[in-house]
Amino acid sequence: MDFNLSREQRMLRDAANDFLANECPKARVREIEKSADGHDRALWEKMGELGWMGLIVPEAYGGSGGGFLDLVVLLETMGYHLCPSPYFATVLLGSVPILACGSEARKEALLPELAAAKRIATLALTETGGGIEAEAIRVPGRIRGSGFEIDGVKLFVSYAHVADVLLCAVRTDESAVPEMGVTLFLVERDQPGISIGPMKSLGDERPCEVAFSGVRVTEGEIVGGFNRGWPIVESVLGKASVALGAQMIGGAQAVVDMALQYAKERTQFGHPIGSFQSIQHYFADMWADILGSRDLLYRAAWKITENLPAAGDVAMARARAGKTYRRVTTLGHQIFGAIGFTEEHDMHLYHRRSIAMDLALGGAECSYRSIANGLFDEAGA
Amino acid sequence: MDFAFSEEELGFRREVEVFAREELPADWDDRALYWPAGYGTMSNFEAEFKPFCDQFMRKMGKRGWLSIGWPVEYGGMRSMMKQAILDDVLTYYRAPSGEVSTIIGGHTIIGVGSDEMKRKWLPRIAAGEVRFWLGYSEPNAGSDLSSIKTSAVDRGDEFVVNGQKIWSSAAHIADYAWLLAKTDPNASKHAGATLMLVDNRSPGITIRPIINICGIHSFNEVFFDDVRVPKENVVGGINQGFYCVMLALQYERIFVGAGTFRRVLEELIQYVKENVGERIAPCDSGGIKRKLAELATEIEVLYGYYWRTAWMMDQGLIPEIESSILKLFATELSRTLASTAMDILGPYGPLERGARWAPLKGRISLGYLDAVSGPIGAGTSEVQRGIIATRGLGLPRR
Repeated sequence: MDFNLSREQRMLRDAANDFLANECPKARVREIEKSADGHDRALWEKMGELGWMGLIVPEAYGGSGGGFLDLVVLLETMGYHLCPSPYFATVLLGSVPILACGSEARKEALLPELAAAKRIATLALTETGGGIEAEAIRVPGRIRGSGFEIDGVKLFVSYAHVADVLLCAVRTDESAVPEMGVTLFLVERDQPGISIGPMKSLGDERPCEVAFSGVRVTEGEIVGGFNRGWPIVESVLGKASVALGAQMIGGAQAVVDMALQYAKERTQFGHPIGSFQSIQHYFADMWADILGSRDLLYRAAWKITENLPAAGDVAMARARAGKTYRRVTTLGHQIFGAIGFTEEHDMHLYHRRSIAMDLALGGAECSYRSIANGLFDEAGA
Repeated sequence: MDFAFSEEELGFRREVEVFAREELPADWDDRALYWPAGYGTMSNFEAEFKPFCDQFMRKMGKRGWLSIGWPVEYGGMRSMMKQAILDDVLTYYRAPSGEVSTIIGGHTIIGVGSDEMKRKWLPRIAAGEVRFWLGYSEPNAGSDLSSIKTSAVDRGDEFVVNGQKIWSSAAHIADYAWLLAKTDPNASKHAGATLMLVDNRSPGITIRPIINICGIHSFNEVFFDDVRVPKENVVGGINQGFYCVMLALQYERIFVGAGTFRRVLEELIQYVKENVGERIAPCDSGGIKRKLAELATEIEVLYGYYWRTAWMMDQGLIPEIESSILKLFATELSRTLASTAMDILGPYGPLERGARWAPLKGRISLGYLDAVSGPIGAGTSEVQRGIIATRGLGLPRR
């Protein structure tokens, strides 16, 4: 066993920390959040210059060929600094499925552009039911002439309003078992029939409503094969869950660091509040919470990187990271007292994200369900 | 990062598995009551199990497993990972595992003992021939250990001890007290104490049983009345006792009964499978499975702390925060596990061991009682949180 990050991973983390501290301080985070798009092109391009979008893209497609664990290290740092951007959408929801199952031509055409921050991608998965199981995919892609026509509404599509391409999961076989009737289409966002509206969330993932009205696509736009889209979605959700967890752990760590500094400085009753046992015990609990969840998270990431079966680890890591982020921001607020309840203070940036992220991608409850299924199937075998 | 066990570690785990299955008697699973991270149901604290435990420990000693975490020059394997694997497997079977002598005694004597003391004691400890009980707590010195009153007065070749210890687990079946006594009454609060080994057969020692909440005789109160202790039995320096006591804490905190957490979870899953539609209404099964999923997740968190703490020690690091977190988390999870198990068993939960309708051999109702002890013994949850916050995170003491 080795609980240490590699030298390269530590360098990546330190460089990302320096970059974000300079280029994305809280004042900038707030400006970006208040802007209409929630997206800063200049910052995005600088992130691209650092090679972040190509971190896990092989060199042949313009990336640097890093492993999934490297990406998790970067995302934890981004979560720490709250960097608002379509990074998660483009890399986890865009590049990952293309990398996994795109045709050679598609990879050559799209991956270098995504890696170079020239294009933005996202995934249109969830529908009005809000679930992320195969049976929740109902928007149909009906055969029309030589192609298909998509009609329906997708929700919670992160950063769709600035995306260039949308990966869209649609139902192409109503009679097959749900997992065998989903197809992924790669759709240009400005294609006729697509309209996009913001959903306004507490978090920073910029969820959009995307309405498809008679949107024509062809066989050429299929990613991973006709009716073979669901296994890709599942593998994307696995990696995305760990990536989401990494951002949450980063955010939780930032809250503890902020609160620690405050508790050592803030004086009441003639003593720093950090000398009071009730406050000390909150810190012990927060620290333990983060350490435990982080180890689960990195173990899941390591298993994914090593191509080991990881479904159970991923679900546990994801569920625990969300709970941790929520618990830590709640206790953080308690330590900051009234000042943390203000717009001016940074705590709400974390508090808002903690709830939105915990409930994203099916939420922790979906993870617990999947853990329970694993426990009961496995033990029965 | 690498979360895989080495081939050697995997081989060692298999070896311990075989040992446990071969050496534990056929009726062991019916008799062993151990609740994870509890202090009231450990077989090696009970007279009834003493003959078996003595024999079992000697067999472990023959394999070098009682000194597994010790440095190689003292006959050990210098692997706390292996120590953690050993305890994980043995506690899965609710078998006896660690001992005060091997964990606290061995590591402390190696750290601060004289050469003569090492020669005399380490081989006997490693062979499983000698057992200690921990003489720290007193009626007025619980979490505040520095308030101990038991005195050891210097009389040239020996100390003469007077005072009282309490919550002394296994004192009635062990061979020596691992005793902390005040040797300089004028010293400041955190100084002036000395650690020493006191033969249980010495004149002037009186051991009185205390029956614990589970109805088991696991601990005692012990009175010292002019008990003479030869100076060669002093561990480390005179008046260095509080320092010596701190040395072994990190080793001790690995013993959280990790394997028994896994075991109880498996037993609960099996129980639920067999009882949906019987003792569990089908409409409740979803909620119950959700609870078990959360428990399974928390047990994995426990293992994260567990392996991390062991790994750190093998790296030569001192897991001050991590070992406190491990102890804190394990004992509180022990309580959560018992409470959740009770919720799952419903009205059958409180049925006692031996009752005809008691599920899971009555171990849950006993465990619910024993789970009180974990967050209190060996440094309360509050003490652990204080250590994490002050020594770990640098928060001011006042």
